[in-house]
Amino acid sequence: MFESLSDKLQTAFDGLKRQGRLTDKDVERAAREIRLALLEADVNFKVVKQFVDKVKERALGTEVLGSLTPAQQFVKIVNEELTALMGSASTKLTFSPRPPTVIMMVGLQGSGKTTACGKLANFLLAQGKSPALVAGDVYRPAAIEQLKSLGQQLGVPVYDEGNEADPVDIAKHGIKWAQDKGRDVLIVDTAGRLHIDDKLMEELVRIRHTVKPHNILLVLDAMTGQDAVNVALQFQERVQFDGVILTKMDGDARGGAALSVRAVTGKPIKFASSGEKLDNFEYFHPDRVASRILGMGDVLSLIEKAERTIDEQKARELEQRLRKATFTFDDFLDQIQQVRKMGSISSLLGMIPGIPSGKLKGLQVDDKAFDKIQAVISSMTPEERSHPDLINGSRRRRIANGSGSDIQAINQLLTQFKQVQKMMKQLGSGRVPKNPFQMFGNQS
Amino acid sequence: MTHNWADVFVGIEQNAMVRAVAEVEDAQGGWLTQLRDGLSKSRKALQQQFSAVLFDRFNEDLWERIEEALIYADVGVETTISIVGSLEAEANAGTIKDAKGLLAKLREITANHFCQADTRIDVAHSPAVILMVGVNGTGKTTTIGKIAWHLKELGKEPLLVAGDTFRAAAIEQLTEWGRRVGCEVVRHERGGDPGAVVYDGLEAAQARKADVVIIDTAGRLHTQVNLMKELEKVRRVIDKRIPGAPHECLLTIDATTGQNGLIQARMFKEAVNLSGVVITKMDGTAKGGIALAVSHELDLPIKLIGTGEKLESLQPFDPADFAALLFDDSLGHRV
Repeated sequence: MFESLSDKLQTAFDGLKRQGRLTDKDVERAAREIRLALLEADVNFKVVKQFVDKVKERALGTEVLGSLTPAQQFVKIVNEELTALMGSASTKLTFSPRPPTVIMMVGLQGSGKTTACGKLANFLLAQGKSPALVAGDVYRPAAIEQLKSLGQQLGVPVYDEGNEADPVDIAKHGIKWAQDKGRDVLIVDTAGRLHIDDKLMEELVRIRHTVKPHNILLVLDAMTGQDAVNVALQFQERVQFDGVILTKMDGDARGGAALSVRAVTGKPIKFASSGEKLDNFEYFHPDRVASRILGMGDVLSLIEKAERTIDEQKARELEQRLRKATFTFDDFLDQIQQVRKMGSISSLLGMIPGIPSGKLKGLQVDDKAFDKIQAVISSMTPEERSHPDLINGSRRRRIANGSGSDIQAINQLLTQFKQVQKMMKQLGSGRVPKNPFQMFGNQS
Repeated sequence: MTHNWADVFVGIEQNAMVRAVAEVEDAQGGWLTQLRDGLSKSRKALQQQFSAVLFDRFNEDLWERIEEALIYADVGVETTISIVGSLEAEANAGTIKDAKGLLAKLREITANHFCQADTRIDVAHSPAVILMVGVNGTGKTTTIGKIAWHLKELGKEPLLVAGDTFRAAAIEQLTEWGRRVGCEVVRHERGGDPGAVVYDGLEAAQARKADVVIIDTAGRLHTQVNLMKELEKVRRVIDKRIPGAPHECLLTIDATTGQNGLIQARMFKEAVNLSGVVITKMDGTAKGGIALAVSHELDLPIKLIGTGEKLESLQPFDPADFAALLFDDSLGHRV
């Protein structure tokens, strides 16, 4: 199994001995590791070359600052250069003062355009916009049905003219339709196409000229290899896209393509899309991602995600209960539901600093385990939920029957619950437990 | 270069008519020529830029250029080092005389780096069962449509099973392919249990005496443990209903995929024991070098390559052709 990019770099930096200045030899050795790591992360080889040269130039002879080790000093330089390469600020969408704002989605087949359309619509809904979708993919079998089904799930209207109409006309009529319906953002799905397919690329150009989108977003699979550069340059030449949506970020691809595309086109990565659920979609934060590559975790993203999802009121109530140390099964259930709103547990764990990806491989969190826990708690009486000590042998049997599990599972949950209760008491009293994730257990 | 599609499958009578495909390919001059000549200028421009390796004598610069060409093709660091190492050894032994010899040797070594196992597809069972797996968007459903079409052309009766019960409209997409090919599609409602529809599909195939059952599955990232377990279950269901099946378990990998393709293949191999790989979307500018890395490092044969969206845009895999495409004639002299 490949080590992750951050593990690799760490190894390279481990080789650097503590000393006053970064020497020629140190720099060469670390630079070689970075070159290999970036190539294995699918960063375009030309971009790698430029990047490594720049880092070497800056690092050579750099004085190691007081409190840092040479490795840390080097990380700092690499981090700064990576961040600079990824673009230093996150750039948002352009909204037109005269609605509807038109967003056109383009990309290769299978990059995830249609799914990204749905996710972007959901994202805009959460921001208080009223989006609508246009089904412009008339080529792929059932693409229109897929978009309609997403629209239905979200309660977002979808405009289509079947798969016989001209995509240019569909887009044009779609704008009129959106105005009539009072929708303020219109997301236009287009068919996946090869960047060298002149006929289909020309079609995109015609759509662009006709509807004059305020934002054109290139949808790019995070797993794309060296060819990402060709794809991006061709799409840039023909349709001048404004930014990139990086998809399938929940895989273990290191997403070097993002770095390449940014470097050769200068266009920012605007969004990161990462999973099966429609709300697994967020702004792409170049600075944080650079930190994540270097093993510093992505604390900021995690905090932001938590803030958006967890109901503040409920959090305050929980805090009260923690103070009084009366944590019940109802609270437990509530908490599980709050956490699950944020996405899969595994995706949350990936953002915590200090947990290298290598260690996560053993700890596989089965999200279904939470379904079981919810079922068991739902089979308890209100009294049992607030006073778990009541649960004796016969009650356990009844709960097991009610939730479709067995007594062992009930016993296990009760033990886990006691641990959590203890942990909560510690939290309440200001002491932090060593491993807050022990309650997830090892499900693999 | 016309391929006899009857040779691509194990279990097709040799006298089976190879009409339509052969005619199409004759007219177009084989897949390699098709890929080379049918391309737009932009693709040629992009390719030549990187395949030009200046050669006058053996030196570090030459090896580095070849390394870059391989890395650029997504062959990956490990396999690249192995190929260039072998080439250097040949050069040091004095077996390479000139640029032409270097190119020939490079192609030969590259072709030999592919897993040498049988690249044919086994349909010599009744019914034969093919299970298609892969990450999202790699072209599973499209590939199924193409394989079914070729089988139908060869006089076999395929039956498709809509095992992707997750993605919106995936069932409709497979149904549309079934309509184009003219074969039956067994389907359940969206959101149903994939194991159940697979079971029904196999039952239907036996009842209706279909020759080949091709099972679609939901695209899944190899990192999603639960979904990979679900796939293992689907495989068990198949084996239970028809012992020894699936006879082929094919992984689709998108030619534009980078080094993550290796991890994908490794995880899917562990979960469902792959019999081979289909490289899709070879009609773009990506050279698909990940195929070489996967085949070499995981010992998996590449069985087919997808070259477009038409029913007939599917080609049998040939290592020598592939190596020729990786390093076209422009290599060895400046273009």
